Amino acid sequence: MIPPILQVDGYGKHFQLHEQNKLIPSSHNVSFTVRTGELTALIGPTGAGKSSVLKGIYRTYLPSAGRILYRDVAGHELDLALASEHQILELRRREIGFVTQFLHCLPRQTTLDVVAQPLLGLGVPREEAKQSAAELLSAMKLPERLWSVSPATFSGGERQRVNLARGFIARPRLLLLDEPTASLDPATAECVIGLIEGLKSEGTAMLAIFHHPETTRRLADQVVELAPPPAVEELLKEIA
Amino acid sequence: MNKILEVRGLSKIYGPGCPQCLESTGPEVDTNLCPHCGSVVAIHDVSFDLFEGEILGVMGESGSGKSTVVKALYFDQAPSGGEAIFYDSDRQHDLFSLNAAQQRWLRNHRFGMVYQNPNLGLNFNISAGGNIAERLLMSDLMDYGAIRERAKALLARTEVLLSRVDDLPKNFSGGMQQRVQIAKALATRPPLLFLDEVTTGLDLSVQARILDLILEIQQELKTAMVVVTHDLGVIRLLAGRAIVMKYGRVIETGLTDQILEDPQHAYTQRLVASAL
Repeated sequence: MIPPILQVDGYGKHFQLHEQNKLIPSSHNVSFTVRTGELTALIGPTGAGKSSVLKGIYRTYLPSAGRILYRDVAGHELDLALASEHQILELRRREIGFVTQFLHCLPRQTTLDVVAQPLLGLGVPREEAKQSAAELLSAMKLPERLWSVSPATFSGGERQRVNLARGFIARPRLLLLDEPTASLDPATAECVIGLIEGLKSEGTAMLAIFHHPETTRRLADQVVELAPPPAVEELLKEIA
Repeated sequence: MNKILEVRGLSKIYGPGCPQCLESTGPEVDTNLCPHCGSVVAIHDVSFDLFEGEILGVMGESGSGKSTVVKALYFDQAPSGGEAIFYDSDRQHDLFSLNAAQQRWLRNHRFGMVYQNPNLGLNFNISAGGNIAERLLMSDLMDYGAIRERAKALLARTEVLLSRVDDLPKNFSGGMQQRVQIAKALATRPPLLFLDEVTTGLDLSVQARILDLILEIQQELKTAMVVVTHDLGVIRLLAGRAIVMKYGRVIETGLTDQILEDPQHAYTQRLVASAL
């Protein structure tokens, strides 16, 4: 059997707020695997630290505990919790994508440029990158009249499609999805679900948090339930 | 990806210095002024790596020593200690053991600098085109026609009106002066560029266009940059990695999004929490 692309082992994250002298527990002792061409879904109540798992893998958060073993395109395994900043930047550029609920972009960039950006970062010529962006946006049924304006004025559903297109365009090997269908109307959500199925069949490994249990049921090959982290006092004992 | 710059233990002390300088200054004691001898420890033990085509942000409040770092690397000020290796294709230069002529050569050919104050980067007594020509002449381009063409191309790239090539920079707006500085810094297509608070004090629309220009240039030319700024927005927009300085010391280093979303040091947490 092919080894998993991602193996998370006892991941934990807490925040140490110096100013208030507080410790905020977030994720606690999370373990799971993600396989190529499969989708692993994280479920659990609000505050169980689902997003913090995704951010820890992407290293937007520095993990407090555990190992995040990632197998790269060359078959080498590395612990993302310990990898150098340059290694992480390179993986973000070439292999690991992240689609959040929110689209961050500059109000002066056109939608086509926003979507094409990851390809430009890989050195794809501008025209070619824009062509791919256009193909993806039309597959996602985003009206062509919107392509040359900034997504800043778009509706939630339109904006989320742009966000997903940007996450998909470079065909990452591992895609992290944080409630990608949360703000979408049923028809658009259906279109996004179709795209996710398409990516899966192309071999993309995905780790996702979905708003609706129904979406999880339809898309997930594995479901991992997270429990809320222990109280601060418990956590302190463990750390000490 | 290859390393272009390696800085290790960079220090700069203004004043006589004494054995107690280092323990009496820094973020723990909230000062960079040594109470024993009155020396200012501008920076101490600053180390970082910069890779080809990468933008590194250096952030901190005034007095943190962030500008001193780039001034030392650009040979504006000699450091008190430490070393820096510049990897230039197949050659490597130990920056602070070079003689003055060698340092000048690197400055003119391989490095570029854009200062917050255009007075430092531009000669206000010669035209915008002349400023660029000056740098091209120092880098051995001698043909008048070729120099003028290249100067015009650079100014066009940085969106300076060509009708103003022969005007004096002192008659330009602040934003325009920064564009001329950027054009001048890029004249020799340097692989390494230092930017010291380049958009500070400019109005927002001008800031945005200058920052866009810097990003475009970085994508087109793959120039590695060290960007010094106190502005978290500038760091977020430009830099993939950042270091945070306080009272002359590096207190935190990390990926830009990590520093902004999960800052580790008490000071960085306060800095991020005070963003507008």
